[in-house]
Amino acid sequence: MKINITAKPGTTIKNKTGGWRTFIPSTDYNKCTSCGTCAKVCPEGCIAMENIKAHKKEKPVTDYDFCKGCAVCAVECPIKAIIMNLDEK
Amino acid sequence: MVQIRIHGRGGQGVVTAAELIAMAAFADGKISQAFPSFGVERTGAPIEAFARIDNKPIRTREHVYHPDVLIIQDPTLLDSVDVAKGCDNNTLVIINTAKLKKEIKINLPPKNIFNVDATKIALAIIGKNLVNTTILGAFAKATGYVSLNSLEKAIKEKFKDKGESIITKNINAIRQSYKL
Amino acid sequence: MKKNKFKSQPSQILEGSHAIALAIKNIRPAVVSAYPITPQTHIVEDLAKFKADGEADFKYVRAESEFTAASIVAGASATGARVYSATSSQGLLLMTEVIFNIAGMRLPVVITCANRGVSAPITIWNDQQDAITIRDTGWIMLFAENHQEAVDQHIMAYKLAENLKLPVMVNIDGFTLTHTYEPVFIPDRKQIKKYLPDYQPAKGQYLDAANPVTLGSFAQPSYYMEIRQDLHNDLMSALDLVNKEYEKYHKQIRHPEQSEGSRGSKTQPDSSPSARLGVRMTIENNGLLEYYGHKHPKIILIAMGSVVGTIKDAVDEINDKIGFPNAVGVLKIKCFRPFPSAAVLQILKNCKYAGVIDKSISLGSIGPLALDVKTAAQGNIKTIIRSFIVGLGGRDVTKNIIKKIIKKIKSVGDGANFIGN
Repeated sequence: MKINITAKPGTTIKNKTGGWRTFIPSTDYNKCTSCGTCAKVCPEGCIAMENIKAHKKEKPVTDYDFCKGCAVCAVECPIKAIIMNLDEK
Repeated sequence: MVQIRIHGRGGQGVVTAAELIAMAAFADGKISQAFPSFGVERTGAPIEAFARIDNKPIRTREHVYHPDVLIIQDPTLLDSVDVAKGCDNNTLVIINTAKLKKEIKINLPPKNIFNVDATKIALAIIGKNLVNTTILGAFAKATGYVSLNSLEKAIKEKFKDKGESIITKNINAIRQSYKL
Repeated sequence: MKKNKFKSQPSQILEGSHAIALAIKNIRPAVVSAYPITPQTHIVEDLAKFKADGEADFKYVRAESEFTAASIVAGASATGARVYSATSSQGLLLMTEVIFNIAGMRLPVVITCANRGVSAPITIWNDQQDAITIRDTGWIMLFAENHQEAVDQHIMAYKLAENLKLPVMVNIDGFTLTHTYEPVFIPDRKQIKKYLPDYQPAKGQYLDAANPVTLGSFAQPSYYMEIRQDLHNDLMSALDLVNKEYEKYHKQIRHPEQSEGSRGSKTQPDSSPSARLGVRMTIENNGLLEYYGHKHPKIILIAMGSVVGTIKDAVDEINDKIGFPNAVGVLKIKCFRPFPSAAVLQILKNCKYAGVIDKSISLGSIGPLALDVKTAAQGNIKTIIRSFIVGLGGRDVTKNIIKKIIKKIKSVGDGANFIGN
């Protein structure tokens, strides 16, 4: 008997969706005040606040494997430390 | 019979591009067919669409497995989808990319590859990264399978509900990519 | 004699759904009700748009489910109105109870089924399992190969329905036809009205406050069986009328190809071996079926719907390649219910093998069309009939699959033979 109808979880991690974007965000860590707004508003949840040694502070790190370039982070950043550039492909 | 396969992602107007090719070919007095192959109906998912152009009625409904023309709307698909599957040394490739021809990772003769930065044209003229119409200018120029005039006619018909401004922008984008 | 009173509209290139919506608009139903489901959605969206734009004058009734949509058109039809609905897959299954009632009450309802597979597993793609599932309900069931046939069948469907007081379901393959652009000719209102006059049922045959009658009432065991037998007999007698209406329709409504010569036909003639022997042609074409191929083929492939186009191309290639032009012929069933047994036998009688290609399966048995062909053949002809199942849940049916079927037809067993790629 062959029963093969179940699907395993976790496919959203395997399916890297970063390739969909047209624009790519880049964060200026010197301007960034580490307020964490971008990480909170990212609809994909692909910005994480991590300790960056060079800055001795938590800074937002964008996972470009999943960032679709929606620019919500750039728009919401209170000091405009995130800029969107054309992601040349 | 000419067979065309278009690769892109959900939301990029892949299906519309195939339809426009069929409409333009029909306006040229040919018989044509266009149809999509949906994966999941979801933005960003890889999608294929097909078009056929012939001088006699087209009966077959199978997908296009050996395209005469391959159109790639999204170059990131080169990493995830075997877009060149079923292509041979005669397949013409129209690809939207900012890269130089030699940098394109596709295993087909460079002489058959036509690269056009349709994203740049679309952003400049249409204001959005909608390359489906833009890239058709390059398609018409590179292959000659549809005339620019008929392509413009097809755009006017297809987008008649979207208003004059959108039609003009799309036609200008097509003309721009036809020049390249 | 005025052969062509109305000048034909030229062909257009249209999406299948849009072509059907335009035909329905020109048929002018009084009531349309539907619930959207992929891949039928574009048809009813277009109809809703015609209504909103003031291009159509039917009443568009929104429903909260397919069960309701079917009930609304059933009710409207019972009051003597011309009605239309469309659905697919689970939607049709949800309608099933009403589908039986519509036939039982002899309501001339016309529904489009944009054929789609049935869950589980969930599929949105094409096969014909949905329509096959309601084949025993008493509806006339037509299957279209391409846009043109779909448009023509819809117009004929209303004529058949209103003359016979039987509902008609026109089946078009989901996506393969609904979402495909190809050239098609849509008869205009005048042409259609000449062929299909406004619907006016006889007094006492519909719900009318001035002439009270009951529809769909209770039947005691002493009556129920005869009423069902009547329905069966009338459905069987529709076979003749399907053919007659087909002839009438094509006499009255001439396609641009018939009158002006088709596009591209000025190009060089077909020079293939089978064409030279006069084989690559349709030798029988009526409302019930079409036979394409040599008069005395060794093998006949039988199928319904859009897959027939691919089969014709594959068969031409095979016949040319082996240089034996009478090897394989193609029989397309256009009318699945009532099943045209006699006409099928007439085509099959001298061929050795018949391969029936179903896009559905009667689970635990064989392909539903194969069952019908075998039943018709039993005791009448010696043709060996094999059942092949293809294209379930949107699997592409390629020319290679058809060639594989031809290759295997002599060696496979009596059961359902699944050919996936």
